[in-house]
Amino acid sequence: MNDFARIAPEVIFTLGGIIIMLADAMMPKASSRKSLGWLAVLATLAALAASMWQAQLPAGTAYYGVVRTDAFSVFFHVLIAGIVLATLLIVLDAVTPETEGLGELFALIQFGAVGMILMSSAVELLLVFIALEISSISTYIMAGYRRKSAKSAESALKYFLLGSFATSFFLYGIALLFGATGSTRIDEIAQAIARAVAGGHVSPLLYPGLAMIIVGLGFKVSAAPFHVWTPDVYEGAPSPVVALMSTAPKAAAFAVLLRIAYGALPALHAHWVPILWWLAVISMTVGNLGALRQRNVKRMLAYSSIAHAGYLLVAFTALSQEGIAAASFYAVSYAAMNVGVFAIISHTGGYDDHLTLIDDYRGLAYASPVLAGSMAFFLVSLIGIPFTGGFFGKFYVFSAALHSGMVWLTIIGLINSGIAAFYYLRVVAAIYSEPSGAAPIIGVAKPSFPLLLAVFLTAATTLILGIVPGNVLSAARDAAKTYSTSSPAMPSVPPAITASR
Amino acid sequence: MLTDHILTLITFVPTAGAIVVAFLPRKGRVVQAFTLLVTLVPFVRWLHLPARFVYAHHGFQVEENQPWITSPAIRYHLGVDGLSLWLVLLATFLAPVGVLVSWRSVQNRTKEFYFLFLLQQTAMIGVFTALDLFLYYGFWELSLVPMAILIALFGPDRGRQAALKFFLYTFIPSALFLVAILYLYVKAGTFDFVTLQSRLASGSLGITPQALFWLSLAFLVAFAVKVPVFPLHGWLADVVQEAPTAMAMVVAGKLGLYSIFRFNLGLFPEQARAIAPLMIVLAVVGLLYGALVALAQTDMKRLVAYSILGNLSFCTLGIFCFALAGLNGAVYQTLNEGLTGGALLVLVSILYERYGTYDMSLYGGLASRLPWLATLFVITSLALIGLPLFNGFVSEFLVLSGSFGSHPRWVGVAALGVILSASYMLWMVQRIFYGKESSLVANRPATDLDFREHITLWPMAILMLAMGILSPYWIKAIEPAMTPLSGAVPAVETPVSPIASAAQVPGGVQ
Repeated sequence: MNDFARIAPEVIFTLGGIIIMLADAMMPKASSRKSLGWLAVLATLAALAASMWQAQLPAGTAYYGVVRTDAFSVFFHVLIAGIVLATLLIVLDAVTPETEGLGELFALIQFGAVGMILMSSAVELLLVFIALEISSISTYIMAGYRRKSAKSAESALKYFLLGSFATSFFLYGIALLFGATGSTRIDEIAQAIARAVAGGHVSPLLYPGLAMIIVGLGFKVSAAPFHVWTPDVYEGAPSPVVALMSTAPKAAAFAVLLRIAYGALPALHAHWVPILWWLAVISMTVGNLGALRQRNVKRMLAYSSIAHAGYLLVAFTALSQEGIAAASFYAVSYAAMNVGVFAIISHTGGYDDHLTLIDDYRGLAYASPVLAGSMAFFLVSLIGIPFTGGFFGKFYVFSAALHSGMVWLTIIGLINSGIAAFYYLRVVAAIYSEPSGAAPIIGVAKPSFPLLLAVFLTAATTLILGIVPGNVLSAARDAAKTYSTSSPAMPSVPPAITASR
Repeated sequence: MLTDHILTLITFVPTAGAIVVAFLPRKGRVVQAFTLLVTLVPFVRWLHLPARFVYAHHGFQVEENQPWITSPAIRYHLGVDGLSLWLVLLATFLAPVGVLVSWRSVQNRTKEFYFLFLLQQTAMIGVFTALDLFLYYGFWELSLVPMAILIALFGPDRGRQAALKFFLYTFIPSALFLVAILYLYVKAGTFDFVTLQSRLASGSLGITPQALFWLSLAFLVAFAVKVPVFPLHGWLADVVQEAPTAMAMVVAGKLGLYSIFRFNLGLFPEQARAIAPLMIVLAVVGLLYGALVALAQTDMKRLVAYSILGNLSFCTLGIFCFALAGLNGAVYQTLNEGLTGGALLVLVSILYERYGTYDMSLYGGLASRLPWLATLFVITSLALIGLPLFNGFVSEFLVLSGSFGSHPRWVGVAALGVILSASYMLWMVQRIFYGKESSLVANRPATDLDFREHITLWPMAILMLAMGILSPYWIKAIEPAMTPLSGAVPAVETPVSPIASAAQVPGGVQ
């Protein structure tokens, strides 16, 4: 029973998905599937409640040590369930009762969520791999959901081919780690490496294993140079799906990367810190420079998500609990503002993506002041203007990096955020410009209740994270604390700081 | 009882007002009237503060200080001294003026306009009152956003470009400024200005001189762009031209100059003195450049923009000579520029509302048709030129006399700028108001100032005279704030000399 409690959210999501699939099959063909969406919302709320309830369980593992619930897993569970909730609301707004395969879409979102939350609680690398595949396969299918659109099909195929390639890298990395340490459990790997380092016999297999895992996960978080799929996939996939896949699977992959880097391989930090340093710099630069050249809103946001993956990677190099907490916090703030932006894009651009270019958004302020104002707010947060979650996230990440003496990384990162302001502002300026003639933006439908709810939730989260981030900060810090005991090799405060205090 | 939270009140009443504005109906003049009311509240509340202000006290008053976020250690710390006292008053004074100016010129999208206008107000007052670097940075960056959106929304021709230019010019240096703030935080473990000041002065943070130099430079560049100081002024003319008058009045000058006083002089006195020769040269060049370019303009708004550049260079000159009189003069000039430059922009916009052009060459002989407007225009011009009895004279005199001792040659050149500024202002007055009536003026009947315009302009004009005649009233608050910033560099190792201990007084922590 105790074991069962540790996978309750996963079970709820699975049951939700199965019930939706069964109901979809049994409902008469002509009837609307939107009610299934509300069922999915209910299941997600239940899973969210279960995740929060898990916080009061003592930290520990279940099922022979393959799943671990602790403050860290709860943090990411709640985050992912929240993203799924907002996504479902966006889907409910975007689709019509006639949309093809709606029931399956809701079921796929539930199954995808199972994979993502399992990624954040699995501590057995093979289970991590299975969870990663569950999450990935669901997103591959969802990316190609507009079957009649060639772009959507291309998007799905590209995502699938490159994604499978990346997961095989990840699997190979696991195999090499197993070869080097004789285990696939994160805690045992850490102990084996610590013993090996103490004994002076570090297996050479570890290094290619580490590299392969970073490649596999680098793909999943769309860090440059493993980012090439991102713009095409985001452009082709339906906007509500992009809201999900640009945030939730990434947050899960970052959780895995944190678990592996700080849980399994802290002793190798001298090797992975420089790699992640470079990944961060390349991602920020490639993402921001790439975004500058885009005219398509979704492609621009795809490049922006590459850049944000870079900012998040900056926190990894801090090599401290503050860094872990900053990474976790950043995942939340990025999710809030990015889901918010995609909620509005999904509504104004439509499920069929009839508005794609930045210029198409000219005059949104005339058509719908509420949507325009919220979109401007989300973009301002993505720029990183104070009193928004985006700023506090960036502030926290870079102060953690600076704490560890990463002066150049901080300078590069913040100059990057200055460059980034340019392309976000272009969208803000477009929204508030006068529409040209009979622009399609004028015909934007009134936002429905689910969409307004989604926008309100994400905007409120973004604002709260910027003004009173205390609760989320302490949750992130609690999540980070789970690593102090399991990784004795990692200094909790970098030595440079202790000296200067 | 309210005075305990007067700073919070003054800073955030505009924000609360903005939220209400978002829900007001678009009909009639409801939004304008409400905004006017909201902007009057902080002004009236603030008015009684100079009376209660303890002039003998060095350091900050009416402080509010409580933890905001425990870790990272961010505090909600507000406070004013003699410097920010007047700047806040200026900002709260210009707010109702801004509303009155926009009364008729902003007809469309009034809700957006006044919402952003009020947010901008909070950001500006916040910059002057925040004493926690994190909080300060928040307001500093926040002040960009409403301004940029307003320029983009209401710029007549190239609003979008001007807004982008303005934003990027100021945002990118601010990114480096943030690095510097974070670096200080990592070393000191606090964002609190007062604590940082005393710890930097005692040299107990263990920051190498080289690092300190780069830190002060990051601060200075971010501020100098916002002032703007000479080679960084690229955004100014476009922004003044494109921005709505209420925004053009506040975009330049006081935020950047205040920050130089507070942070570059307050936190990095030694580094500020090291870079002073460069800044003095830039100031003098900016003074002459602004005046010469202004002479060549036919567009009134661009002329005003370059005259602003010239007048602000005076402040820079006064600051970086580090003489007490010069510093007082620089603060005074900052206030004057906000007041007189603002009034000039209002007058120019009144002309535009009547005749639909900023091109001076189309005007002529207006004085006989619009005598009140002409009177106020002449008063403002004389104040700007620095005629005795007006405020401009006090500040120019203080700056020039204060800096003459240390840099006589540069000050000599700067005096040339005064003459040039007189010539372009008088030339503008002459072209617009005197001479033969132009065809534009003859063909377009226009009424003289109406009641709204009178109550916009007369308080400003009266204040210009009052600040010229009764300058000691203002200076007596400014001087205690400037005293510790002036004079020689406080010795770092041995804080026994009187100057060094004076420098630590505003810190309040010994």
